[in-house]
This record gives sequence, structure tokens and C-alpha cells, in this order.
Amino acid sequence: MAARGGIVSRLKKKKVEEVVSAGKRMDGRGLEDYRQIEVKTGVLEKAEGSAEVKIGRSWVMAGVKVGVGSPFEDTPEMGVLMCNAEFTPVAHPTFEPGPPDEESIELARVVDRGLRSAEILDFNKLILIPGKQVYLVYVDLYVLNYDGNLIDTSALAAIAALKKAVMPIYKVKGGEVEPSGEKEPLKVLKEPVAVTMVKIGDALIVDPSADEEEVMDLRLTITVDEEGNICTIQKSGSEGLTMDEIRKAIRIATEKAAANRKLIEGQADA
Amino acid sequence: MSRRKVKNQSKRYDGREPKELRPIRIESGVLPNADGSAYIEMGRNKIVVGVFGPREMHPKRLAMPNTATLRCRYHMAPFSVDPRRSPAPSRRDNEISMVMRYALEPAIFLERYPRSAIDVYAEILEADGGTRTASINAATVALVDAGIPMRDLVSSCAAGKIDDKIILDLGDYEDKEGQADVPVAYMPKLGKVTLLQMDGVLPPDEFEQCVSLAIEGCNQIYQVQLEALKKKYGVVAEEVKE
Amino acid sequence: MVPGDVLYEGKIKTGDNTYRIQGKVSATRVGLVEYGKGMVSVIALEAGFNPLVGDLVVGEVIDIELGQWVVDIDAPSSAILNVPDAIDAPFRTDIAMPEILDIGETIMAKIVDMDRSRTPILSILGRGLGKVEEGFIIRLTPSKIPRLIGKKGSMVNMIIKETGCNIVIGQNGRILIQGKTREQEMNVVRVIEKIEREAHISGLTNRVQEYLKQLKEESK
Repeated sequence: MAARGGIVSRLKKKKVEEVVSAGKRMDGRGLEDYRQIEVKTGVLEKAEGSAEVKIGRSWVMAGVKVGVGSPFEDTPEMGVLMCNAEFTPVAHPTFEPGPPDEESIELARVVDRGLRSAEILDFNKLILIPGKQVYLVYVDLYVLNYDGNLIDTSALAAIAALKKAVMPIYKVKGGEVEPSGEKEPLKVLKEPVAVTMVKIGDALIVDPSADEEEVMDLRLTITVDEEGNICTIQKSGSEGLTMDEIRKAIRIATEKAAANRKLIEGQADA
Repeated sequence: MSRRKVKNQSKRYDGREPKELRPIRIESGVLPNADGSAYIEMGRNKIVVGVFGPREMHPKRLAMPNTATLRCRYHMAPFSVDPRRSPAPSRRDNEISMVMRYALEPAIFLERYPRSAIDVYAEILEADGGTRTASINAATVALVDAGIPMRDLVSSCAAGKIDDKIILDLGDYEDKEGQADVPVAYMPKLGKVTLLQMDGVLPPDEFEQCVSLAIEGCNQIYQVQLEALKKKYGVVAEEVKE
Repeated sequence: MVPGDVLYEGKIKTGDNTYRIQGKVSATRVGLVEYGKGMVSVIALEAGFNPLVGDLVVGEVIDIELGQWVVDIDAPSSAILNVPDAIDAPFRTDIAMPEILDIGETIMAKIVDMDRSRTPILSILGRGLGKVEEGFIIRLTPSKIPRLIGKKGSMVNMIIKETGCNIVIGQNGRILIQGKTREQEMNVVRVIEKIEREAHISGLTNRVQEYLKQLKEESK
């Protein structure tokens, strides 16, 4: 991870590897345990949908805004979904203000692919004037604290926010598009959940903390929908995976996604 | 909430009295990775501020030999306003960042940390008028939370005029539709104004009224900041007694 | 007390975390006021690390320059370790510095000097100093370190005895823990977290003693 400018503490690496090889984590968790997950929805009033998710101390806020505009050139008869991630400088002492760096772009794209591949929205229904005006659904991910596993935190925030989103309805009048004043819940068809694992030594561990991400050799994110289908996979890091490890990872991801899916509705509805 | 003109009534667009502040809530120490932090809700404004430092300044050639450099950044989340705005900083963001720095500098013992940087990052999660004053209020609490030595707290509030009435703590509607907006930042114990701006047109006596009223608002907000700083320690003391 | 609060009006010596203005002495940090021996001071609840010559610190090498290592010690500026203060021999250009200390390695060092621009100068020559090869680091707010140490080391010695771990305290808020079992190490972490939360409340020593007993019971 780019936090700490790529410097890996040798002492930390040695200790984490030692503890993991004995089947535990630095904070006492099991290898396949998530930290405590908190989900709150409806936290922002000016957004059409919003959610705040904390996994351990990682903290991400997602805001959904719905507007109208031109469709993508290659899909003129489909609504648009755009995910954007901001690694704010308050999240970690090494995060600098400025345009998105490759880590935040990767995060936005992985979350985006998870939602898109799962086909969570019926894009064909989100059009107003084919080829000219369609609904634009923005999901903005705001990272407020980094303690590892921003992907799962962000993906959960995104889907929780979308599920509670209420969109303004526009109508077409004389070739122009204008707000009708009515609102309708955004129809979310699927519930993809991302599960991130890292490999340390020979062990595959789930929901890495910042320290574990610092010393890992490989990171794997698998997004699974409610039917158990894999929607997205992202692997990063310098090490390789065996077929057995991949199978194991899929097994873990399916199991954990099902468990975490239960949290999408949120614990304290605002 | 109806937005009708309040010309012949004493209540404002949101039902407040002319000199009434919006509800305020401040919590300190909300960001685990920052040296100091605070979260503020002022009306519908929701802002989180993180402070880092004093720490090494990069690039080193810009570091000042006799004093720390205070760097403030005011940044709005795309979902903080309607319609959505781009995450890229605007000219207004840059101006407010500078204004925050002017408001906070006089209160900080910058000369104790030569060549270093103190970074104040304000992230606006939801905006509803008066975000610059709310950011300054939260930034003060975050700076104290970070253990940075200060001469005094800095409290901030805006007064203004709408429909020929002088009012305190302008909301979004009043910001946009009003006749004048006077944001003020103030060091309450030292009695000094560190930020003074104005938007609009006012005769001198009304301008003075606005500044006085804003300072009254600052004094009220000071109490909320004190609460926030002391609360963190009070809560734990209670738990220990149990 | 918060910054700006007036602590005393008139003639008195200004102690830690106070300043004088217009004949009054006020606080500069949030903390508890202490009056004593013709002096008023504030015991800060929140303060960063203020490096002083003589401080023992735990640092991490973040860069290698010609003849010196740049070390992060969580201070307003990075610290410098010059080659002669690491290997007790003058610098020669053919010394392979990464082989002595590489980026990412942890050291136990003493601040031996501060240069003109207030950059701390370190040395790892001396007993107990040098590269750290075992254990892990946990952090505590620097202003709470005295509570962790206790009167003449009473608190930290109690923790060492009851948990069986070795603990070395850096004044910069970084603490090195080395234990024989993971369980013991976790107990130390829990105790230090408790001190972080409750340092400002009196009766800490008793509470920590009780807590250590409780942890020992739980591990049976």
C-alpha cells in the first residue's frame, strides 16, 4: 500500500509473519475473522443516498447523487454509473491532498466493477431521451480514516447508500428534460459484497489491517453477489497464487460475503 | 421547511429568532490517525477537521527558518452540496483555505517549531451556509486536541442582514438571498478579532452592529468548544468510577 | 484548563505549558493546572513529542544519505544518525551503509545533540542501544509516558513483573515490547491502552494493579 511511501518496517513484518504463522493476528483475531463492522445509512441530507461504514478503524462515507446528462458514447441508450474515490489527507499522515493517485483510482474502479458486473441497476430504464439525456448516478467514496481494507469498507458503503437512495424523477417536455418534483427509490437489483484477503507467509488472511497491508506480498479482492456468483476479482502485489489458494480464496469470499451482506441495511437508520 | 419571504414577520426561513444560533455539536478526537481532530455539526453543516504536526515540511526549501508554516485546506465533498460538485478545488476553496489560515495563525505559537509544518485539513461533508466559520471552530478544537500550544481558542460566527433585519449565523438561504454577510473569527480571552470579511453593502453603523453581534455569537460558540475539549476526559472519568 | 484560560494574575514563575501576557499567566495546552513553589504550570493532557538531548527514542530509518541515516522519531523534524555514531569509526566512502542499517529498520537510540535547525542528532553507541531485531512497537501519547514509567519506574516495573515481558520506553511515545508468549504481549498492549485512556485520572496505579491481576486470572 502506498501509505508510508512504500517503506516496510522490518520489525513489523517479522512480528506479523511470526504471529500469523501461529494462526493468529496481531489484534487477536482468527485468520478468517473480520473486525467489527458498523453500517449507518441516511447520514447526509443533501445526497440522494448515503452511508457510513467502519470496518475496525477504517472509515468511509459514501454519497449517492443522481442527476441528468449525456450518456457514454459507446452506450447511448443506457444510464450512467460513476464511482469516484477520494483518499482525504485526514485519513493517514502520509496521504497528501491532491488529485487521485493510483491507489484511489484502483479503489474506485474495483468498487465500480463490482457494482456494474453485478448489474445492480437496470441501466436501460434510466434513460430519458435516448442518445441525448440519461440519468447519471454518482457514487462518491470519501475515505476518512485508513486502517487497511478500504476496498471492502468502500464497497459496503456504496451498496448500502445505493439501496437507500431516493432519486428525483425527471420528465421529458418538448424535447427538453426537467424535474417533475417527484421522487422514487432507486431500484437496486443485486447486492454484491467485496471480500479482501492478503497473503502473509503461507497464510491467506481476511480483512487486512494497515499493518498487515504494509507487510503483505499479495492482495486479492473477490466480489460475490447473493447467488454466489463472482462479479469481480482484483489481485495486486508481487507474489503468485496456486490453484488451491485461489479455490480457498473463493470459498472464503463466498462465505464472508454472505455474512457481511446481512449488514447492508444498516444498524441505525437515520 | 417553507422558504417564503419573512419581511413582515420576526422569524427567519428556518423559524429562528434574528439572534439565534443554529444548534451546534462538536466532538473532539474523532480521527484515529490524525494528531488532533474534531467533528462539528452547525445547523445542517457537517464538517470533519484533521490536524497533523508539527511535522517535517516538504519540500524543505519552502520551510521557514524561524517559524512553523501553517497550511490549511478547505475541501468540499462532491455530495456536500446540491447539485453534486466536482472534487477538484475551486477558487472559492482556495480563498477560504487562506482565510482559515489568517484566522488561526495569531492563536498558535508557530515560532516554537521552526522549519516545520502544521497541517489543518477541513473536509466538508455537508454544506448549508457558514462552512468557513464552522471549519474554523472545528479546526481550533482539533489543534488543541493535537497538543499544539496556543494563546487562546478561536471561535467563529457570521452576522448579516436580510430583509433589512440584522441576523446572526446565516444559513444557506440567507447567504444567497441576504443583503450582507459578515463572517468573524475571534479569540475570546484575548478579545481580538482574527478574521473579518464582508459580502454585500452596509452603512458603517450597521456593519458595527453585525461585528458586535457576530462576536456575541463567537462567545456562545466558545462554550461549545470548551465542552467538546473537556468532554473527552469527563466521559472516561465517569466510566472509571463505575 | 484550555489554551487562553488565565491561571494567575501577578508575579509568578511560568512553568510548562503556560505563557505570560499583560501581567497574567495563561495556559497554552489543555490540561490540569498545578500550583507549586512559586510557579504555575499545566500538566498537558495532549502534547506531541518535544525532543530533548538525553532522550531515549525508538526510531525507524526512512532514508539513507551520504554518511548519515535519516530517522523518523515522531518529532517535528526527522532525526539524523551519523556513521561515526553508529559504528564508532570515522566515515569512509566504501562503507556499505544499507548493510549496517537499512531503510525500514528499527533502532533504539539516544539524542546526543540538536543542531542549529533543531534537528535531533542520534547515537546508537552505548548499552541497550542499536538495531532492534525482536519484538514490536506500540504507541502512547508522549505526554502520558511519565505515567507509564511511574515514580522511579514503579509502574513499568510492575507491568514487566506481572506479564513477564521486556518493555523499553522511548520518550517519543514509542514502546518496544518483547514477550515469550503472544498472550503476555497482548496483556501488555491492553495495559498500555488502559493507561492511554485513564492517565489523567488519579488512582491509576491501583487500577493497573487490579487489571494485571485480572489478566493473570483470565490466562489461567
